[in-house]
Formats: sequence, C-alpha cells, structure tokens
Amino acid sequence: MSQAEVSPAEVSRTEVSRTEASAAVGAGPRRQTAAGFAALFRSELWLTFRRTRTIALLGILAVLPVLIGVVVRIETGDSSNGGGPAFIAQVSQNGLFLVFTALALALPIFLPMTVGVVAGDSIAGEAATGTLRYLLVAPAGRTRLLAAKFTAGLVFCLAATMAVVVAAVATGAALFPLGEVTLLSGDTIGLGAAVVRAVLVAGVVALSLSGLVAIGLFISTLTGSGIAAMATTVGLVITVQILDTFPQLHAIQPFLFTHQWLSFGDLLRQPMHWDNVLQNLGLQALYVAVFGSAAWARFTSRDITA
Amino acid sequence: MTTAPHTEQARGRVAAVGPTPAAAPDDVIRTSGLTKRFQGGQLAVDGLDLTVPRGSVFGFLGPNGSGKTTTIRMLMGLIAPSSGVATVLGAPMPQSVGAVLPRVGALIEGPALYGFLSGRDNLARFDAADPTSDPRTRARRVTEALDRVGLTAAAGKKARAYSLGMKQRLGLASALLQPRELLVLDEPTNGLDPQGMREIRALVREVAAEGTTVFLSSHLLDEIEQVCTHAAVMSKGRLVVQGTVAELAGRAQGRLVVRTPDVAAARDVLVQHRVTDLRTDEARLDGLATAVDEESLPRLCAALVSAGVRVHGFGVERGTLEDAFVALTGEGFDVAG
Repeated sequence: MSQAEVSPAEVSRTEVSRTEASAAVGAGPRRQTAAGFAALFRSELWLTFRRTRTIALLGILAVLPVLIGVVVRIETGDSSNGGGPAFIAQVSQNGLFLVFTALALALPIFLPMTVGVVAGDSIAGEAATGTLRYLLVAPAGRTRLLAAKFTAGLVFCLAATMAVVVAAVATGAALFPLGEVTLLSGDTIGLGAAVVRAVLVAGVVALSLSGLVAIGLFISTLTGSGIAAMATTVGLVITVQILDTFPQLHAIQPFLFTHQWLSFGDLLRQPMHWDNVLQNLGLQALYVAVFGSAAWARFTSRDITA
Repeated sequence: MTTAPHTEQARGRVAAVGPTPAAAPDDVIRTSGLTKRFQGGQLAVDGLDLTVPRGSVFGFLGPNGSGKTTTIRMLMGLIAPSSGVATVLGAPMPQSVGAVLPRVGALIEGPALYGFLSGRDNLARFDAADPTSDPRTRARRVTEALDRVGLTAAAGKKARAYSLGMKQRLGLASALLQPRELLVLDEPTNGLDPQGMREIRALVREVAAEGTTVFLSSHLLDEIEQVCTHAAVMSKGRLVVQGTVAELAGRAQGRLVVRTPDVAAARDVLVQHRVTDLRTDEARLDGLATAVDEESLPRLCAALVSAGVRVHGFGVERGTLEDAFVALTGEGFDVAG
C-alpha cells in the first residue's frame, strides 16, 4: 500500500526504492538473482528437515546401531562363530566396526525405506496438498523445483547415512574397545586411518542411494497421491532385491540398482578394491540420468490439475 | 457502480507515476480461441475470446463447472491449452511463465498450505519459490502481507490450526507478497462469513486503487456487481458475454410493474408517460422503466389513480446481473452438468 504513495523525492533517493515503487504501480519486471534462484533449494532443505516425519525417520535409523550394539554386547561369546550379518564378528574387538555392521544391515531395508518415503512424497505430496500449484505460479519453474527436490533428496540420503554412522560410533565407543583396526584383508591400520575409511564408506553408501532418489522422484511425478508414490517406491526396492536373489536372473542382475550396494566392504581391505564400488557409482549415475530425465520429461509437460 | 471512480483513479496514477505506461499493452489478459479438451474427451473450455483491460476489476462469472477454473489454470500456465492462444501481460502462456508470473499474484481454487508450518513460514516458503524475489527483503514483505490481510496476531500459529477464512486470507497474503500488475483471485470469498467477505472486497478495491488489475472469478452475482467494473459470463465452457458491469446490468433493465384489474386504462396512462415494451397480463402489466426516475414515479402513480385505475400494486423491479444472465443463457444459475 505505502509504496504506491511514495513521493517523487523519496523515490529518487535510492535505486532500490525506485525499483520497488515502479513495480508497485505495475511497471518494470524484477530481475532474477542468484540468491533468489538458490532460495528454493534452501527452502526445500529447510522444509524437508522441518517435517516431524523426517526427524522420526532419522531417529529410527539412529536406534538401529544401538540395538545391534546392545545385542552384540550381551551375546559377545557367540558372535565370533561366523554367523550373523557382515562384520558382526569384528564388532566386539573394535567398536568402529559397528559402523560397518549397522550400514550393512540398514542398507538393504531401512535406508531405502526412508529414502523412498522422502523421494516418493516429494512432488506427489505437494500435488496432494495443492501447494504444488502455488509453487508453480510463484513461479518456481518446473525444472528448478525438480532440481531442488532432487538435491534435498540427496542431502537426506547423506543425513540418513550419517544418522546411522554417528549413532554407531557413539554406541561402539560406549560398549566396545576402540583402537587399531584389523581390516578384512588381515592388515592393521591406526584408528585415525580407520575413521577416514568410515567417512569414505558413509559417502559411498549415501551415493548408493542416489539412483533410488531419482526413481522415487520419477514415480512422484506420475501420481497425485503421496502415499501411493511412497508405497510404490519402497515396494520397488523390495521387488528388485528379491529379483537379485534369483540365480536364473543373473544376466540382468548387474543392472539392478541394488546389486552392488554392499560393495562398500571392499573399501575395508588393504589395498582398497575400487572395481565394484566404481561400478556401483556408475550404475547409480546411470539411474539418475535415466529416471531424472524421465521425471523431467513427465513433470515439465504435465497438466497440473490438483 | 461505486467502483468506477477507483478505476479512473488507478489509471490516473499509473499514468502519473509509472515510467512507461504507454509502452505496456493495454490488455492485461487476452485469449483467442482458447480451448481445453481433457484426456477423457470432456470439453472444459470451448473457443474462449476474453479481453481484460488494464486497470479493470474484472469479474469472471459462471456457475460451478462452467470452465472458469480451467481457464484460470491455462492463464497461469498450469495446464496447456488444446488449441488457441492465451496472452498474459503481453506474453504467451504457458511459454512465458518465468517472465510473467512474478508480476502476477494468484489465488487458485482455494488456499493450499503446509499445515505443519506457521502462517509466516508458509509465506516465506512461497516467496522463496519466486526466483525474482529478494531474500533480504523477505521477512519485511512477509510481515507487511500478513498485516495487510489482518493475520499478524495468528502469524506464528501452525496453518493446520487456521479456520478456512484464515487460510483464505493467508492465500491472499501470498498473492500480495510483491507489488503485482495483475491479481487473479478464484472465488476469493469462498468459505468466509459476511464480515470476512466485506473485508476481502475492501482489500480488492484497495489493491485496484493502487493500479493493479484484478481478475476475480465468482459464482456470486452480487459479489461481481459490488466490486467489478467489467465482467464476463461463462456457461458450459463458452463465453456468453463480456463488457462493463453497467452495460451488462443494463441488458436487464428495471421494469415498472403495475398490478390492477383495469389493464387497458392503465396501459393508456403508461403509454402517455413513455413507458415502452409494455407487456400485459390478466391483472398485471409491466414495461421498461427507462424514462421513469424517482421523481416521476409518484406522479405516474398519481396519474394512474386519477385516471380511475384501481392500483393494487405499483413499483419498479430492478434489473440485476442475474436477470441479464438468465436472459442471455435462458437458464438458471445452477451447477452445469
């Protein structure tokens, strides 16, 4: 209201107030700025982590290593018999191994489930509540909105992985001895070097989920129901992992996005085996390219009637 | 119409303060042959030719299901037309969404909010979506917008706790985060109590007085009559008529109605007093009251009485947009099948 009534003298005082005053009466269009462009990405991150749901998912992921740690601690005598999940035998010798055990347990089910919820809901959830139409008339720009959603999805992957890692380190340090780490290849490295490996592994695990983010985003552009998109994405993860266990399907298995997920164990050898890890990351990049393009093609051409 | 001076005032101010008003095209919205056929084959909008002049408060009128919202969605680039052209602020839609929409504020099919965010955070979120809005002035603009719609006290409350009226206001606030050239309001008074409706109308007039063109859709005829300078009427996906509200209401002029058993004598008196288009019934006759004003009305009644006509009833029934609508479409103002 007030800007339309600014007197000419006040208008000429600064450039900013002149632009605003002329816009008030409907003259010049405003320019897009870098800060303005980036604002949606920041807003998207802020929105993701403001949701109670996100915090609850991260909480569940953080409880997992605590549970494993406690179980191993109670059953220490039997854990060295070679059964159970990967790396679990090493946990009682060195608490840091709880990180790898927890990641190996979380990666097939819990991590993709949380990522499926966040990625699947990204566009469909906004469509279901109607906020999508207000974002688009703001105008967010469909490509920019999709990019912001994808970025927030990737950051969530990292946050989810870190939730597991941090809880595992804390639990491991509390319940088990720390110290020199004996790798899977039998070599021994110092604690500092082992922590670097743990960070590296966490990064690889987070990136392993990027293909799933793209798939979830694509599914999210297909429907106006957040629940349907989440359920489909999580269902797909489970289906793909079942397919990965059929020996008859070994020809297509290298192309399943879950196939090389557990290859991060190769980084716990001396020297590190990068072949499968790189193959995994390459495959994730392929999935991001294919499903990212599909999501873009679908979203930029779709009628928004919700 | 009481709103006419506002428009004149608005135009004057644009010409006085705006740097290049002459360069701007005069029509804020222009569509030609705009058509939308949905995938099921349903024809929602059929060959729409709409012109919204700059500075007008334009009422977009029609029953529920007549294609108003589909038209607005096409104008806002949310859905692509099947054929035809839509031009908003001189640029084709949906191709020019990025350049046009920062200058447009919109409320489409009711408010939609993030229930887990406060009213203030909701506005910050929608403002962040606009790449042309300055993050440094965001907090101030959000505060001003909240103040303008009277939500300052509830700004920190979670939006899910808002009443429908408060949500509607917050939606309006998000349309007013920036100075706009065009404000598109789809049924802005839906769900509001009479007091809330009055406040929204006052706000619309205020915004229009600043030089913003307002495009207001409604299925409430009296709402359009109260705030709009221009109007268009939709029915079953087609544009029935458009023009100034005065013109449209003029199509359904008031009629003078006389109830009497002495129809023939009354008719003679009315003809002498230049009442035209006379229609007679058994005990009733009516005619166009163009030449009759408040002063001549009692004299006309006296003339009837002195001519020995037994006047049982006498009065002018005012013409409304509703009469115009019924006259134009030959149907009631119900939900279109």
